[in-house]
Amino acid sequence: MKLGFLVDLNLCMGCKGCEVACKVENEVPLSSWRLRVKYIDIGTFPDTSRSFTPLRCNHCENAPCERICPVSALHYLENGIVNVDSSRCIGCAGCMMACPYGAIYMDPESNTADKCTYCAHRVESGMMPACVVACPVEANIFGDVEDETSHISRYIMAHQGSVQVRKPEKNTNPKHYYVGGGNQTLNPLAHERIEGYGLFNNVTHLKEIGDPHHSILDRFTAPIFGHEHLDNKSFIDMPNSNESHEEGGH
Amino acid sequence: MEHAIEATKAVVTLDVALPGIIWGWMITLNMWAKSIGTGVILVGAFLLYRHKREELSGIRWKMPLISFIFLNIFLLFTLLDLHQPLRMVNIFLHPHWTSAITVGAWMASLFTLLITIMMLIGFFDAHPDVRKHCPLANTCRKMSGFYEAVFPFVVFLAIPVTLYTAIIMAESSARELWQAPAELIQMLLAAFMVGSATLILISNNWSKSAKQDLALVLAISVFLSFTMYMGEYFFSFKSAEAEATLEFVHKGGAYNVEFWSAMVLGYIIPFFIAIGNLKKENRTLIKFAALTALIGLYLAKDVWLKIPQMLSLS
Repeated sequence: MKLGFLVDLNLCMGCKGCEVACKVENEVPLSSWRLRVKYIDIGTFPDTSRSFTPLRCNHCENAPCERICPVSALHYLENGIVNVDSSRCIGCAGCMMACPYGAIYMDPESNTADKCTYCAHRVESGMMPACVVACPVEANIFGDVEDETSHISRYIMAHQGSVQVRKPEKNTNPKHYYVGGGNQTLNPLAHERIEGYGLFNNVTHLKEIGDPHHSILDRFTAPIFGHEHLDNKSFIDMPNSNESHEEGGH
Repeated sequence: MEHAIEATKAVVTLDVALPGIIWGWMITLNMWAKSIGTGVILVGAFLLYRHKREELSGIRWKMPLISFIFLNIFLLFTLLDLHQPLRMVNIFLHPHWTSAITVGAWMASLFTLLITIMMLIGFFDAHPDVRKHCPLANTCRKMSGFYEAVFPFVVFLAIPVTLYTAIIMAESSARELWQAPAELIQMLLAAFMVGSATLILISNNWSKSAKQDLALVLAISVFLSFTMYMGEYFFSFKSAEAEATLEFVHKGGAYNVEFWSAMVLGYIIPFFIAIGNLKKENRTLIKFAALTALIGLYLAKDVWLKIPQMLSLS
């Protein structure tokens, strides 16, 4: 069994229902995302179009994050899911350096790496991932890509020639497919990312990676003595919610 | 035509905040300190091969002492950069051998252990009056032969300890700029560069030919390393992602200033001073060159570490 994901971008309407469902299901902290929907505007007024691209972990068959993880915190499950054991993670961020898709984040509450697990806990119980259930147009298709009769396999067969993966040149063999995608939606180099320019928020960079209130000393003492738990206000008070990253801004 | 190009323009209009620099100055310092820690051993071994120990006053204990200090700086900042530093022990309890981080941590730990033993033996041998009645000091003096026995292995181990950071960078598949065999050679050259620079600073009482050898090693290593940087900077050997990464330097701004400061301080100045020093020795100038080489390498490593992290990956 090899579980995979397919998103039909022709169907996606950018409602962000999947994003919210993922947040709720996995209790993803504020400022962090396992799944996000990116809006890209193409063309010049009045001939413009808007595309929506859900982005999550690609659960690569040849996963660079799994290879670089020094303690096997990132590991394969038998069904092909690349899972995370946060109790083992040392927070070296090697996986964040290795993932070509930028799908891994440093959880600011646990100070460990985290990412989409295709809702492995739900799959284990025979349920679909939360984002699949929430999608109102069934743009998210999930299943066993090794089973020829599965919905995802049949969908891939039905759309031969227009099924794509992100960054195939990386040889990661992703198990996350897109139908209806193009260079401008799937290639991050093909679109501009202008700081401070967005629909509802600034398209910007995080200044803090992990817990913003976690000093170097806290990193040593917190596992023994504990430290102040983060609440929503902690994230709202982050130093640069609306400012561009001094070094990362471009 | 211009309008047609405009029509293909794609702009991100709504997205989450992305991470910026994840591996920052601590990792730069980590790589820089490790280069010195292994470099003094590699260059020291070269000098001991070429010269008698009497010509290199105090090298037997100074060389491992310097290495020990910088290896500990390297290990300290490796630990401090972890978000869960106390779990560092997991690398030893649950090692994952496909990871260069794991292999490197094991090798660096063994290397530091051996350097510590060599430092203690070297120091207490060179200072027989120090802690005469201390059991540890006397044990070290009795183990004097162990120093020479283990030294070849330590020199051999210094090579993979120097290189493994390049393998970590190679495993960082998201950062195209680091995906080059040249990184391995750059790491090795960096070790020779700062190893010779550091030893130049303590070589006042050494023989003239030994000092000339140090200047020669510095000149050759900075020349080769500079040539490789220029090749990467000016010529398109790389993928679209790497080119986009280098644009952060090409387009001007802080990283351009830092990069060229690194090239001038770390490579151009030391090269000409070291070459001049081969003809006519000038201790003040060569020490100045050694200092600028140390500063320049830090800046070069810093730029090369940070710019790939600024590219949006998704």
